[in-house]
Amino acid sequence: MNALETLRTGLEAIRTHRLRSGLTVLGILIGIAAVILTVGLGEGAQAKVSSEISSLGTNLLTVSPGSSTSSSGIRGGFGSASTLTIQDADALESKTVAPAIAAVAPTTQSSEVLTAGNSNWTTTVVGSEADWLQVRARTVTEGRFLDSQDVADHADVVVLAPTTAEELFGFEDPVGQTVNIAGVPMTVIGELDSVGSGSSSSSTTDEDDEAIVPITTAAQQLFGGTSRDSVQSILIEATSSTTLTAAYQETEDELLVMHHITTPADADFTISTQQQLLSTATSVDKTLTVLLAGIAAISLLVGGIGVMNIMLVSVTERVREIGLRKALGATPVLIRRQFLVESSILGLSGGVLGAALGAVGTQVLPSLVSQPMSLSVAATVGAIVIAMAVGLGFGVYPASRAARLAPIDALRNE
Amino acid sequence: MTGTSRPTDDTQQFDATAVVRVDHPVIELEDVRKTYRTGSLAVEALRGVSLSIGVGEYLAVMGPSGSGKSTLMHILGCLDVPTSGRYWLAGEDVGAMDEADLAHVRNRRVGFVFQQFNLLASMTAQRNVELPLMYAGVDRVERRALALAALQRVGLGDRLEHRPGELSGGQQQRVAVARAIVTDPDLILADEPTGNLDSVSTADVLEVFDELHASGRTVVLITHERDVAGRASRVVRMHDGMVVSEEDSVVGARA
Ligand SMILES: Nc1ncnc2c1ncn2[C@@H]1O[C@H](COP(=O)(O)OP(=O)(O)OP(=O)(O)O)[C@@H](O)[C@H]1O
Ligand SMILES: [Mg+2]
Repeated sequence: MNALETLRTGLEAIRTHRLRSGLTVLGILIGIAAVILTVGLGEGAQAKVSSEISSLGTNLLTVSPGSSTSSSGIRGGFGSASTLTIQDADALESKTVAPAIAAVAPTTQSSEVLTAGNSNWTTTVVGSEADWLQVRARTVTEGRFLDSQDVADHADVVVLAPTTAEELFGFEDPVGQTVNIAGVPMTVIGELDSVGSGSSSSSTTDEDDEAIVPITTAAQQLFGGTSRDSVQSILIEATSSTTLTAAYQETEDELLVMHHITTPADADFTISTQQQLLSTATSVDKTLTVLLAGIAAISLLVGGIGVMNIMLVSVTERVREIGLRKALGATPVLIRRQFLVESSILGLSGGVLGAALGAVGTQVLPSLVSQPMSLSVAATVGAIVIAMAVGLGFGVYPASRAARLAPIDALRNE
Repeated sequence: MTGTSRPTDDTQQFDATAVVRVDHPVIELEDVRKTYRTGSLAVEALRGVSLSIGVGEYLAVMGPSGSGKSTLMHILGCLDVPTSGRYWLAGEDVGAMDEADLAHVRNRRVGFVFQQFNLLASMTAQRNVELPLMYAGVDRVERRALALAALQRVGLGDRLEHRPGELSGGQQQRVAVARAIVTDPDLILADEPTGNLDSVSTADVLEVFDELHASGRTVVLITHERDVAGRASRVVRMHDGMVVSEEDSVVGARA
């Protein structure tokens, strides 16, 4: 009996047991679609968080004063002076000292009351330099950002984030207007773009509500403090995400030299990367994905047991048929092949239909449940393989056992 | 049917044996026993049967219900294996055959008519009759032609597309006969083939067996009816799993 004949026999058997075949396919279909959708949900959430974090800049380093263990402690000696200074930042800007660094933005920040006419608004005032815009991956929608001249001149200028501008000036164009910060009148020279509040990194500050001034102006006129040169942090952007490690090394080496420290363990500053934040966030989401995949695996298992039941009942019912076919001259190999073909057709059609349903679901569902979903190839392939294995295992194994019986024993089976 | 070619190629070897040694037994049983075990209970269905059936013989097996006729027939048709004893089919030791050999024997050498018909309910009469040909590797066109011829021979040329459920018991029996003769085997084994038939159908089926016998085939049938046994060349009587008498049909018909 050739392959075509075997295929035809298998198809004929499937057509004969229409309802049972349909149920088997349905069981496999639902199991696979469930796996694809749940895993897609988990991976979608993970991808969303990753992209949000990387939009902050994956090649970003943040240098903070003090070692990580004593970050909250106040250092003695020169009062509460911070260990990081504008000079540290200037040194890092050198292309020869730190070729892997693209931009450096020393920052200080403080909460201040801003007044304009009758309105007042309390917000975060950030003192920084021109590179801040690039390092934070922001743009200005109105006017211009700070430039190096503003910093050198201790200019009384400010750039407002959109929420701040709206609170102070309503829907008026803020550029050219005057804002009082800590009693100092400052000219608004630009407005930042909106990044949308409530993003995943919003635990620190609302990036749509802040005011940026030259760091020199902040130190001299606004915040005061004992050391006018100290900064609260230095934001550094590497030339690319591949040079991040090099940038890290260059920063550490240069700052150790600047601070006359010989062993890195004694460093009075801490360098952190967005990568660390990213990996924490993604590991949380990975846990979620594993959890969802677990649920999916259980649903596949339950579906598999259903399929297994149908297959077992089907084969048991057909032991008589197997006996008869053997009595008429079918070898055990042919019987096994027939059931292999039947199970494969059922498993494959259930698998393909389930994958198609899952794929359609990952396209349609996100808009309905407002959750991002992605189509996981690994989950799809895995689910189909498992479904096939279940179908084959429980379709072929009992059939090949029945095929080993003497024909008359199989024929007597009830 | 006479015009159709035989689907097998290696039956020629079998034929050669038949032609060269006409008196060589096609079936040779030596102290065959069959014990069924159901839990702790053991039923001895066959208790030492030794039997020799020659090529071209027409043998009837008679005996009361439960005497082991069907059991014997299943062993002759290689559908079951004896618990002990030996069986030679056309000189070959069946006990030494593997699964593939046995499948081959069932397919090409033996045509079996079951007491319970054993048709596949999902298939039409035509497809049921085609089944053995499919396993013999006959192509579809020839299969259809052979199945049609076999069904016409048992008088069911007008019931090709009927499923077993749409046929009377007697008609189903005749489909089963058609399926047994469609491969034109050398040995036809029939377990009460006329048990469910009216006198007209019985005559038709027996006519077929007579023709097969006349063309040199070996026919073994189980029957409870004396006039059916009367057509056979020899009658074997069984009782309690043993052959109690072997007589020629004249004696059988007279008794
Ligand atoms: N599968 C089985 N398991 C246990 N006992 C069996 C089995 N098949 C047959 N028997 C027993 O073997 C004996 C012979 O049975 P068999 O079917 O050969 O009788 P038979 O001569 O064909 O009877 P009938 O004329 O009623 O068909 C009976 O006693 C029966 O109960
Ligand atoms: Mg019987």
